[in-house]
This record gives sequence, structure tokens and C-alpha cells, in this order.
Amino acid sequence: MQAQATVNPLRDLPSPNPDRAISMAWVGTVPFFLFIFAFLIYPSLTVLTKTFIGKEGALTLDNIKAVFEPSLLQAYWNSIQIGVISAFIGAIVGSLLAYAITLGGLSRDVRAAVLTFSSVAANFGGIPLAFAFVTLLGRTGALTKFLRADLGFDLYRMGFTLYSPTGLILAYLSFQFPLMVLIMTPAFEGLKREWREAAANLGGSAFDFWRYVGIPILAPSFLGSTVLLFGNAFSAFATAQALTGSRVELITLTISRQISGDVLYNPGLSYALALGMMVILAVSITLYVWLQRVTARWIR
Amino acid sequence: MRKNTSGRRGKLVAWIILIGCAIYLFLPLITQFDYSLRMRRDTLSFDAYYSVLTTNPDEDATGIPRFYTALAFSSLMALLTILVSVVIIVPTAYWVHMRVPKIKPVIEFITILPFAIPGIVLIFGYLRTYSAPPFALTNTEVGTAVLLVGGYSIGVMPYIYRTVDTGLRAIDIKSLTEAARNLGAGWGTVIFRVIMPNLRVAILSSALLTYAVAIGEYTLSNYLFPDGRTFGSYIFAVGSNRIFEPAALTIISYGLVWVLVLLIQRVGRGPGQTQIAGMR
Repeated sequence: MQAQATVNPLRDLPSPNPDRAISMAWVGTVPFFLFIFAFLIYPSLTVLTKTFIGKEGALTLDNIKAVFEPSLLQAYWNSIQIGVISAFIGAIVGSLLAYAITLGGLSRDVRAAVLTFSSVAANFGGIPLAFAFVTLLGRTGALTKFLRADLGFDLYRMGFTLYSPTGLILAYLSFQFPLMVLIMTPAFEGLKREWREAAANLGGSAFDFWRYVGIPILAPSFLGSTVLLFGNAFSAFATAQALTGSRVELITLTISRQISGDVLYNPGLSYALALGMMVILAVSITLYVWLQRVTARWIR
Repeated sequence: MRKNTSGRRGKLVAWIILIGCAIYLFLPLITQFDYSLRMRRDTLSFDAYYSVLTTNPDEDATGIPRFYTALAFSSLMALLTILVSVVIIVPTAYWVHMRVPKIKPVIEFITILPFAIPGIVLIFGYLRTYSAPPFALTNTEVGTAVLLVGGYSIGVMPYIYRTVDTGLRAIDIKSLTEAARNLGAGWGTVIFRVIMPNLRVAILSSALLTYAVAIGEYTLSNYLFPDGRTFGSYIFAVGSNRIFEPAALTIISYGLVWVLVLLIQRVGRGPGQTQIAGMR
């Protein structure tokens, strides 16, 4: 009797002791963590460690330093520019369309159709999209020929080429703005009618409403989605590969060539290049999460 | 009166935006469709489609056109991805909701990590990690397929986790669990026979989404199966050595995406449910 009291008889029963129950409950998440470790964490750790550990097993910053070579920095810069520009244009066009189908007075059927078409377009990227743009705006594309033959407007003589950053931005836009429509439509729907009525009752014009209420409320989710679109275009590989081959230096294409063979004559460097992409994306994800938190205050 | 005219002008602006966007999206597809019909000289025909769907350019032993074998292989990979994702994510999300809500933020953080790893970096990491001892997975076909399925599962994880999480919030999992437990059900029975049936909408739309991603995916499959065995790398290969067939394939894959999106909307009741799509 005495002994039992000191041992605490409840200890071996799982649920009544909360601490014990929690530690047992952790076991249930083990398969998830194992899977994440094998297919996400461990390969990323390989990239991280091999960036900083040289051939002799000593710590080194040589690989990081090697990234700061003009042609490689240019590849990053091209990817960033294409990401930023296609994200901003996509975000603005997508928001306009989201506005048009929510507050623009279009019918519910039109709204449903636009959302469906946007889902399809946001999912339709990669190689087929590149093919479609080649037949439209390639050197012998339908629109190129039409502009030259019927309007005397020779795009390619004017310096345009589809196989350029501009061409990539044009192609990316056809999945960027539809994605923005999908994200921003709920945000526009979250603008409560009462807020507009309140602004109007206080004597505010439509401009005043947008200036002091609408835009400040939508800004965080607009910016957050823009960051998401940036990541989308910055990471894009298949469309770029099919459209430009290697005519545009992008960081994804540089890494892909390094996978196929050591074209930079420095195997360690490719780890640093991959790590650089992860760092840029980690920064944008952090920004995205922060903006989401700001958004959550307004839109429930 | 004033309100009325401004409303009408607003509507006009809305239509202009809508039509502009529609032209941008459809022009490439219309020209592509037109192009796909031009294989036979001076007349419109479906020859390019016929060629894609019936000829077997590889002259391999099976005699089956590569279109079908590639589609079948990618479908199999998609199916395995769906299976793996559901078996891992549903029990985990449920367990975290029920028993360890403290680590929910950790799990949520992990499930958005794939956004920080582009497909090309993921495959680079896989090849540098798993193509040499101690884990030489790429030496065997099964090992290579494991990497592909693992990579796809990571790619779609943010979407599936969110869908399942939303699904779990919508049902009273506590009461369901207690009821089942009181009737003597074990945890496995609770998860697979009580919770999963209640999540069928979330699971089905996740599955369709995964299928859409896997069918169009190129980055991972190009490096793991460079022989053009997956649908994505098959399309790429056709694009580099044919003229009209790629156009036909573009229209076919556009049609496939349409079917999947409509199915997702049917399952999820209404548009706006489909937010996508990983691994470009």
C-alpha cells in the first residue's frame, strides 16, 4: 500500500496523465516526419552542407564566392527580373479581373465562368504553353505574320523576339494573372458592403472609399499574392526550357545544365547556386507569411 | 440617376477588362488549334491528332503508340503519389488536430516549405543525395520511381494539407472519434473507416489536383526518366522532332486540364476551389 503510493499507480495508464499522453501522441507524427526528412530535409541538407564543405572535408566559402561571377549573377538577375515583372503585371491584371467579376456588376454566371477558365489557365503551364506561344509569336507565328503582312508591323525587325526575357514574361502572364484572379476574388468578396455604405453615409466618394478603406484593406493580400506569383515565375523551369532552350540565361536553366554535366567546371559551385535559389525563395516565403498574417486581421 | 450611369460605366469597364483578358488567354490556343489542323497541305484535317494517337514512332516491341504508354506511366505515378500523400497526410493532420494541437504550427510551417524548393533544386538535391551509396536509389527503376513519387508528393503537399485541414475543421472529429472509440474501435479503424469517409470530398479533389500536376510535370521526370517515359517528357520529345503533332498534343493536354478542373469543381461544389499548381 505504502509502496504503491510512492510509485503513483496512475503512471502506467496512458490517458489520465497528460504529459505521458502527449509524449505517446508524438509517435503518431513519426511517419510524416520520416517522409519529410527523406524527400525534403535530407536532400536540402545535402545542398547546404556540400556548399560549405570542400573536397578535403574542410569548411570553405569558395563555392559561395564563386557565385559572385558576372555571368552567374546575371542569370540570377534575369530570373529575378522576369519573376518581379511578370508578378506585378500579373497581380495588377488579375486584380482588375477579380474586381470586374465581384464589384464590377457582372452576373454570377460570368463570375463562375471566369473562375473556371482561370483555374484551367493557372494549371496549364509548362511545355504545351510554350508550344502555343511559339505558334502565336514565334518568328513565323500567326500573330507575327499577321502584323507583318497586314499591318506592316515587323516585330522581329523592331527587336522583339519571343526567345527573350520579354517573351518569357508574355508566356508566364498567361498563368500568372489567372492565378491572381483565384486568390484575389475572395479578397474582393471580403470587402463588406457595409463599409462602402458607411463611407458613403459619412459623405465619402467612391474615390475616398478606395483611398481610405478598400486599398489599405486589400494591400496586404495583394502584396502577399504578388510574392507568391514571384516565386511561381522565379522557380519556373519547364516553360523556359521549352521556349528558350538556353537563349536566355536563367538560374533554373543554369542549374539544369550543371545537372546534366559539369559545364561550370566546378561541381561544388552548383550546390551554392541551388542554395542561392532556396535563400531567395525563403525570404519571399517569410514575407508572404507575414503579409498573410496582416491580411488575416481583416478578412475572416 | 447619377448612381445609375456610374453603375453602367462600371459595367462597361468590367466587360472591357474581361474581354481583354479572354483574348490574351485564348489567342495562343486558337492559333495553336488552327495550326494543329494544318498537317495536310491546303486543307484542314485531324491528321496531327491521328498521328499522335495511332502511330508508334519508336517501333518498339509493344506496338502501342507512345502517347498511351506515357499517359499510362504518368497516371500510375500520379496514382502512387495520391496513395502516398493520402496515407501520410490524412492521419497526420487528424492526429495533430486530435492529440497534439501544440505542434500544429510546426506542421503548417513544414507544409509550406516546398514552396521554397523549386522543382529543379529538388531534383538536383535528389540526384546528388540518392544516386550514390549509401542510398543509390537511381540505380534501379523502382528506386527511381520512388524518387519521382516522393518528389511529386512533396510538390503537392502544400495544397493537399490545406485541403485536408479545411475538411477536418468542417466535421466534428472529436465527437466522431469519441463515438467510434466508445464502440470499441481502434485508432486505425477510426482513421480509415470513420474519418476518411467523412473527408472524401477533400481527398477526391486532392487526388484530381495531384493527377493534374503529375500529368503535366516535366522537371523531375525529365531527369529521372530521360527516355520520355512520362507524359511530360514525351510531349517535350515530340516538340523537338515533330512539326504539327506538338500542337495537337497541346490541345489534348488543354482538354485534359479542363476535364480535371471541371471534375474538381463538381466534387468541391462550385468554382474557386482550385488553387494550384506546383512544380513548373
